[in-house]
Amino acid sequence: MLHNKKLILAHFWLAFGGFGFALLLGEWQMYIRSPLHAWLGNPELYYRSVTAHGTTMAYVLPTLVAMGFGYAITEAALKRPLIGRKWAWAGLGLVLAGTIVAIIPVSLGLASVLYTFYPPMVGNPFYYIGVVMVVVGSWIWVALTVINLHAWKRDNPGAPVPLAMYANTAGALLWAWTAVGAAIELLFQIIPAALGLTTTIDAGLARVFFSWTLHAIVYFWLFPAYIAYYTIVPRAIGGRLFSDPMARISFSLFLVVAMPIGVHHLFADPQVGAGFKFLHSAFTALVSLPTLLTVFTICASVEIAGRLRGGKGALGWLKVLPWDNPLMLAVAFSFVMLGFGGAGGLINMSYQLDSSIHNTQWVTGHFHLIFGGAIVIMYFAIAYDLWPHLTGRALTSFRLMRAQLWTWFVGMIVLTFPWHYVGILGMPRRMAFYDYTDPAMAGEAASVMMSVLGGAILVVSEILFFTVLIRGHRAPRVEAGEYRFSVATHEPHSVPAALNGFGLWVSLMLGLTIINYGFPIAHLMALRDTSVPVVRVGGAK
Amino acid sequence: MSEEKLFSLRNRWFTGAVGLTVAIAAVAALFGFVLLPSLQTGATFADTWDKICTAAGLVRPTTLVSPVIKPDFQTSEVIVTPQMMGPTDTVSIGRGATLALRCTMCHGARGLSEADSPNLAGQYETAVYKQLQDFKTGARTSAVMSPRVTDLSDQDMRDLAAYFAYLPRLPGYHPTGDVPAPRIVISGAPLRNIPPCAACHGAIEYKTGAAWLEGESPVYLKAQLEAFATGTRRNDISQQMRNIARNMTPAEIAAAAEYYSRQPAAAVSEAAGLK
Repeated sequence: MLHNKKLILAHFWLAFGGFGFALLLGEWQMYIRSPLHAWLGNPELYYRSVTAHGTTMAYVLPTLVAMGFGYAITEAALKRPLIGRKWAWAGLGLVLAGTIVAIIPVSLGLASVLYTFYPPMVGNPFYYIGVVMVVVGSWIWVALTVINLHAWKRDNPGAPVPLAMYANTAGALLWAWTAVGAAIELLFQIIPAALGLTTTIDAGLARVFFSWTLHAIVYFWLFPAYIAYYTIVPRAIGGRLFSDPMARISFSLFLVVAMPIGVHHLFADPQVGAGFKFLHSAFTALVSLPTLLTVFTICASVEIAGRLRGGKGALGWLKVLPWDNPLMLAVAFSFVMLGFGGAGGLINMSYQLDSSIHNTQWVTGHFHLIFGGAIVIMYFAIAYDLWPHLTGRALTSFRLMRAQLWTWFVGMIVLTFPWHYVGILGMPRRMAFYDYTDPAMAGEAASVMMSVLGGAILVVSEILFFTVLIRGHRAPRVEAGEYRFSVATHEPHSVPAALNGFGLWVSLMLGLTIINYGFPIAHLMALRDTSVPVVRVGGAK
Repeated sequence: MSEEKLFSLRNRWFTGAVGLTVAIAAVAALFGFVLLPSLQTGATFADTWDKICTAAGLVRPTTLVSPVIKPDFQTSEVIVTPQMMGPTDTVSIGRGATLALRCTMCHGARGLSEADSPNLAGQYETAVYKQLQDFKTGARTSAVMSPRVTDLSDQDMRDLAAYFAYLPRLPGYHPTGDVPAPRIVISGAPLRNIPPCAACHGAIEYKTGAAWLEGESPVYLKAQLEAFATGTRRNDISQQMRNIARNMTPAEIAAAAEYYSRQPAAAVSEAAGLK
């Protein structure tokens, strides 16, 4: 039973509203950089757009989805109303206010520093303050998640924490710790410089702090998708979750190894030693473990659904799966994109192979395929699954939903595969224009145009998505019933203490942070004369 | 279950998870800090500890004795930062106005040249100050300018820079006409590593230390670009302008010089789609 439907719905609409706007910016960026458009007279416009696109897609959309879905899980899994309802609204208010505060200077061209900040470039302080407000708003959600779980545990001593809530809390704790890196960078380095209190900045140290956040944030984005794999998909397609402990182990492993691996974003940075780069590379390889466990468990769960529907033989169960069910389609597309994205990621995470694609369009292709593809398609699935429970009205446009998921899948493949290809050819990312008349780049023109087409398909998919949701709001009222999660083949009656709490996993996360980040940060902080003058952007013309 | 102690050596989850994590970290560290450095060709390590320190990224005084090669010419000694000039000071402007009397013969009574010497009215403070310093140290040489700056103190140069920056930017004595902005000015040439002129010299973005070019003499602009290209002028920090000018074709140099000379203030901004 969901008690705070308006709260959850507000989170989702704010998230998708921002997403809808940022997607159009993304396609505009693709178009103006392609051979289909003359060179942009003012490249600052491109960087302004990338900053808005990245900030909205990376910070606002996933944070709000995690928060809204998180509140839904807290109420539905614990089967009681949310404690701290007013605080939750305050958190949402802070995220909304932060988004507005940040987007104004970005729109005015006063903070075209991209969402990765790139010190020593420094823009208008309100941009950074807005981002901090978004993060602080999300920390309210973290606190409420922990408080609600704690209260439930107190009232149900010894009972296994429902899987959805276990995963939700793991995601919240991961986010709480991973956001600390960027928070330190913003509060102690960038914001003082943006306010004019300091005139120099240690850019190398700032990049190390940002890397602390930069990789685990991806897993924070990914948590809602993984929660949907485990706790929605098997129920929605009429199957059973293959293994409840396996799910708990996967989420716990994300908590341990998702964070202390961020230096693989700094392979080309001179300020971090090669030994630490290798260490982070090794742990990055480990983070594939929970994903592989998930792929196995979910495929097994889906197979259960196929067999229950009468599927026989080694592959016969695949044919009888409910392919007309949007959730089935979404998880299949998500896995295909996760597979390709993950395979590409092996190149990025390898200290040696990375140098061939570092800072090229390959990287853009990689994270769009994983985040924009595998994860965001599950955000759609979550919305489709949750919407009737939030609005009290059924979503009946199944054809439209399938068309939306198909176009998103095809669009994302057409967008990102050529990006990977031009990346291998060496096309740098984050440039406002390219000289396709030069023989060195002429061969990339066709691929870039293909990506523009992929982006256009995604815009069509976005329109379909909003059509489905808005139609849902106008449908006749129905009783959606209780919001339920998947049932495991063996429901947990007792769970080992390690898998019913987070003490062990959080301790390991903190310990690995010290091992993998302690020395590089301490060493860089101790070095003198490493700061460089701040470069202000959006200043005098 | 509630009585199960998690942080205990008897708990298999605890010992297993911690043991495995430590083991993986230890093996990865052994590879990263000891074995892989050993496989590096050409690297000379004193001992294992040296390998570990190097792999950790420790900054230490180098043991290699290689002579520091100094350039055989004077380089600029000015450190350009956005804060180098300090706040505007009316006393400084007044002193600058008096000192500037000696400049009028070539640079015009109000900083607007009637010859092919540069206009200084409205020129960025940092640009005037840096060039004066460079003339004095010999980083930039000129038969006319070099002897005239020998007696200028640092404060004199700051005052002159403040004064010229204070003067209004007036249209130069160069005919203005409607010529479209050359691509080199607005977009540069990405594959030849040439950024747009307007990305540093105003219009798209202004970078500290860059000069204001609109309305300058085409002869002067062309001569400076050619001097950068041939290396006869080399007071640009880190070869910023030399690297650009070397890659420009003579036609592009002529086009950029001609275009800037014809522009009144802010014209390039309009060409780039900005006001």
